[in-house]
Amino acid sequence: MTKSTVRVKTLTIDGREVGAREDQTILDVARENDIFIPTLCDLPGLSTVGACRLCLIELKGSPRLLPACVTRVAEGMEVIANSERLDRYRHGILELLFAERNHVCSVCVVNGHCDLQSLALKLGMTHVHFPYQYPSLPVDASHERFVVDHNRCILCTRCVRVCDEIEGAHTWDVMARGVECRVITDLAQPWGKSESCTGCGKCVQVCPTGALSEKGKSVAEMSKRRQFLPYLTLMREGRK
Amino acid sequence: MSAPVGQASLPAEQPKKIRLATVWLDGCSGCHMSLLDTDERLIELAKRVTVVWGPLVDLKEFPAEVDVTLVEGAISSEEDLHRIKMVRARTKLLVSLGDCAVTGNVPAMRNKFGASAVLRRAYLENVTLDPQIPREIVPTLLPAVRPVHEAVPVDLFIPGCPPSADLIFSVLSDLLEGKVSNPAAKFG
Amino acid sequence: MTIEELRKIAETEREAEKRYQHRVCVCTAAGCLSSGGDHVLDAIRKEVAESGMKNEVLVKGVGCMGLCSAGPLVSVETEGKMFANVTPEEAPDVVGSLDTGAGGPQECPTNVPFFERQKKIVLENCGKIDPERIEDYIAHDGYLALVHTIAERSPQEVIQEIIRSGLRGRGGAGYPTGLKWSTVAKTGEQEKFVICNADEGDPGAFMDRAVLESDPHRVLEGMAIAAYAVGAQKGFLYVRAEYPLAVKNLKTAIRQADRLGLLGNSICGSRFSFHVDIRLGAGAFVCGEETALIASIEGKRGTPRPRPPYPAESGLWDSPTLINNVETFANVAPILRNGAAWFAGIGTEKSKGTKVFALAGRVTNTGLIEVPMGITLREVVNEIGGGIPDGKKCKAVQTGGPSGGCIPEKHMDLPVDYESLKSIGSMMGSGGMIVMDETSCMVDVAKYFMEFCMSESCGKCIPCRAGTQQMHGILARITAGEGTPADLALLEELCDLVRNTSLCGLGQGAPTPVLTTMQYFRGEYDAHVAGECPAGVCAGVHRGGEEVAK
Repeated sequence: MTKSTVRVKTLTIDGREVGAREDQTILDVARENDIFIPTLCDLPGLSTVGACRLCLIELKGSPRLLPACVTRVAEGMEVIANSERLDRYRHGILELLFAERNHVCSVCVVNGHCDLQSLALKLGMTHVHFPYQYPSLPVDASHERFVVDHNRCILCTRCVRVCDEIEGAHTWDVMARGVECRVITDLAQPWGKSESCTGCGKCVQVCPTGALSEKGKSVAEMSKRRQFLPYLTLMREGRK
Repeated sequence: MSAPVGQASLPAEQPKKIRLATVWLDGCSGCHMSLLDTDERLIELAKRVTVVWGPLVDLKEFPAEVDVTLVEGAISSEEDLHRIKMVRARTKLLVSLGDCAVTGNVPAMRNKFGASAVLRRAYLENVTLDPQIPREIVPTLLPAVRPVHEAVPVDLFIPGCPPSADLIFSVLSDLLEGKVSNPAAKFG
Repeated sequence: MTIEELRKIAETEREAEKRYQHRVCVCTAAGCLSSGGDHVLDAIRKEVAESGMKNEVLVKGVGCMGLCSAGPLVSVETEGKMFANVTPEEAPDVVGSLDTGAGGPQECPTNVPFFERQKKIVLENCGKIDPERIEDYIAHDGYLALVHTIAERSPQEVIQEIIRSGLRGRGGAGYPTGLKWSTVAKTGEQEKFVICNADEGDPGAFMDRAVLESDPHRVLEGMAIAAYAVGAQKGFLYVRAEYPLAVKNLKTAIRQADRLGLLGNSICGSRFSFHVDIRLGAGAFVCGEETALIASIEGKRGTPRPRPPYPAESGLWDSPTLINNVETFANVAPILRNGAAWFAGIGTEKSKGTKVFALAGRVTNTGLIEVPMGITLREVVNEIGGGIPDGKKCKAVQTGGPSGGCIPEKHMDLPVDYESLKSIGSMMGSGGMIVMDETSCMVDVAKYFMEFCMSESCGKCIPCRAGTQQMHGILARITAGEGTPADLALLEELCDLVRNTSLCGLGQGAPTPVLTTMQYFRGEYDAHVAGECPAGVCAGVHRGGEEVAK
C-alpha cells in the first residue's frame, strides 16, 4: 500500500501568498497566518455549520460570497478576507444579532468575557442602527448547576454540537423556526428535568455568550474554560 | 486658544471656548460620574470649554448654539423625547454617552414587559400603603424605551457602562483637536 | 416485463375502453375535490347504473383538467365536451346528454385559448387517465420509455439524450438536468440515491400536486430512468404531508409498479434494481431546499447546509444523490419516447420544452396551465388567462413565489424563459404565477411575501432569521402609515445584506419581492411614506386625504 502523499495548495489571502494542505479550509489557513476573519458559530474541535455568516469572504472571479469555515482551499485561489464590502456585511450581521434579542452587556454574567461583545469591539461596532426587537424570552434555571438565558442566545449551536459530538448525549437541539428558534434540552423539557443531560457543562464552556452560564456567578464573573476541547480532540484523534 | 471642534459643520473660527452641554435622560448618572472621574483633567478641560448646560447648571431652558452635547441615558418618557428633540435642534454635535444612550441598556429591559406592567409591579403590587400609579407631575412613560439615535440623529457614540473616565477624556480631547471619530470601546 | 408484455397490457386496456360507447371523466384532483368532484363522480356512476347503461358508459375519476376555477369539471371524451361547475344533482343531465345530444349542464367550451394555447407534455395525461390504475397509464404509452431504455440503451446514452434535449430543472433555478445526471453518474460505483423533490411550498402553487395526483406513474417512470442513468438503487419521494391525495395515489402507484416488476428488484429482468419510498414533509417550506430536504429524509432537523459539496457529490447519508423536481422527472419519459430533438424543438434557444404554471390572482381563468417556453406573459394573462375581470387593468405579474419578483405590466411582452425572467429581477421559480390589478398594493404584496419568508426561515443563519424579521417590521410600519424615508433606505440596505449573506435560497431570495416592487413601483412606497396607499389597500394609510376604512 502506498502512503498517500499530502497535497499542498498555494493561494493568496488579501494578497499574501500562503500554503495549505488540500483538506484545509480558508479559515484554517487564515488563522495559521494570523489573518483575521471574524467567526461566531465556529469553534475548532466541533463540526462546522456555516451558520453565522460572519466569515464570508470574497473570491476573485466569483460573484458569490463564501463562508471561509467550510470552503476548502484550491490552487491559485485569490481570497479577499477583508474589504469594505465584507466589513459592511459583517457589521450588518453583528448588528442584526444585537437587535434580535436582549443583549444587555452591562448586566451580563459574561461581561468582559463574551465572544459577541469582543467581536463588536474588534469590528468597531459603535451602535446598532436596526430597531431593537426586545423579544420576551425566558430564563431556565431549573438545572442545579447551570442556567440558560435565551435573551443572550445567538443560536450558534455550539452547545448542540459539543453535546452531540464530544459528550455524546445530544441533550441540546433547536426547536421552532425563524426568530422563534430556541435551543432546547431533550424535548423542550426544563433543563433540570432532562434525563439525557450528564451535567458535564461542556455546553456552558463553549457558549460564546452569557446564554449558558454557571450558577452562583454574578455580572462579569463568568469566563469560559475551553481548554478541554482541543485536548479531547487531540486525544481522540490519536486513538483512532 | 482652543482648536475648532468637529467637522466643517462647526464654525472655523471659534469665538472663545467650546460650548459644551451634558444631558441626563433615563440613566443612573453613572456616565456623568465617570465624566467627573476625569479628576484633575477637568481643570484642563475647563480651560477650553464652557459647560452651558448640565445636571448642575441652574438654567431653566436648554441654551441655543451648543457646540457639543453629551447625552447620558435612554429615551423613556415623553419628557425625554421632548428634551432630546430640543437638544438636537440646538446642538451641532450630539454624542451618545454610555450604553443607555447607545443601546437602551438597563432602562430598555422593561420593554419585554411593557410600561404598564412595570408600573403596576412597582407601584401597586409591591406597595402596601396606599398603592397608586403616579400620574401627575411625573412625565408619562413611553410604551418602549429607545436608544437616543432611534429618536434623533446622533453624531458620535461612546459605549460603555459607564464609559471609563479615560475614554471620555480621550474622546473630548479628540473633539477639541477637531477629530470626530467613534472610539473603539466595548459595550457593557 | 418485456416490451411485448407491456404492449399487451396497453392493448387490452385500450380494447376494454373501446367497448364503451361513451367515456365520462370526472375530475377528482384536489381543486375539483374541494368543490365536490367526488360526489359528482358517485352521482354519475349511480345514474349510469340506474339507467342501465353500465356497459355503454365508462365513468372514471381522473386528475386535473386545468381550469380549476370552473370545477368540478366533467369531460365526455367521446364527444369532446366538457361541463363546468357540475353538481351531483346534474348527474342525470350529464348522462342524458350522452345519447340524445341534449345540452346537459353548463358547458365549458374547449375551443378557447385557455385550452388551445396550451402545450401539454407534463400534463398530457392529466384529466385523461385514472391515476389509480397503472393499466390506464400504460395504455397511454406509460413505462414504454423505461422498458425501452433498460433493454436498449446504456446509462450514458440516456444521459446524452437528456443533455441534448436541453431540459433544465423545473424547481426554479433551471440547472441543466443532463449535466446534473452526468455528475452523479461520474461518481463511480457506490451507493447512490435519486430523490424527487415534491415539497411544493410556494403559496398558491400546485403544479406538482396536480401531476402527483393525476399522473403519479409518470413521475415514478422518470425517477426510474434517472436511477438507471446515474446508477442509483434507491429513491425517495419527498412529498409534503399536506398533499394526502397525492400521497395516496403515489402509494398505490408504487405498489402497482412493484407488482408489474417496473420497480423493485431486477426491473424487466435486468440487473437494474430500483426501490422507491415516500417520505412526508412536516410542513416546512425550507425543506424544498435540497440540502434541507436531505437532512429531513435523514431524520434530522430540516435545515440547509452550505454547498459545496453539492448533493451530486455528497448528499443523502453522504452518498452521491440526484435530486430533481416533480416536473423535471415528469418530462423524462416523453423525452426518451419522442427523442431529444422533438423536445429541443419546443421553447426558446436556452429554455426548452414547456412550463407548468399555477395561474392565480386577478385573472378570469385561474387554474393549472402548461405553456411552451417563450410564450409572453401577456399571452398567458390575456389569452389563456382570459384577461383581468371587472374591466380592471393588469398591474403586475408575480412569478417565482416568495423568492420571485413582481413584473410590471410594461414588461409583459417578455418571453417566459429562465434568462428573460431573471434579467428583469424575477425568476422562473417552480411555477406560481399571480396576476395583480390596480386594486393590489405592491407594498402590501411585498409585506405578504416577507411575512411568509420570515415565518418559514429555518433560523439557522442570522441574515435570514433576523433580517427577514427586520424587513417585515419595516414593511409593516410602511403599510401602517408609519414609514419614513429613512425606513426605505434601511429596507434597501437589508435587502442587499440578506440577499448576499444568507446561507440558502430562502434567505437569498427573500428580498426579491421587495427589490422588484421597489424597482418598478417605487412611487407606491414613496406614496405610503407620504401618507397615501394608491391602491387603497393599506388601512391606516390615507387615500387622497381620506382614511381608508378597514
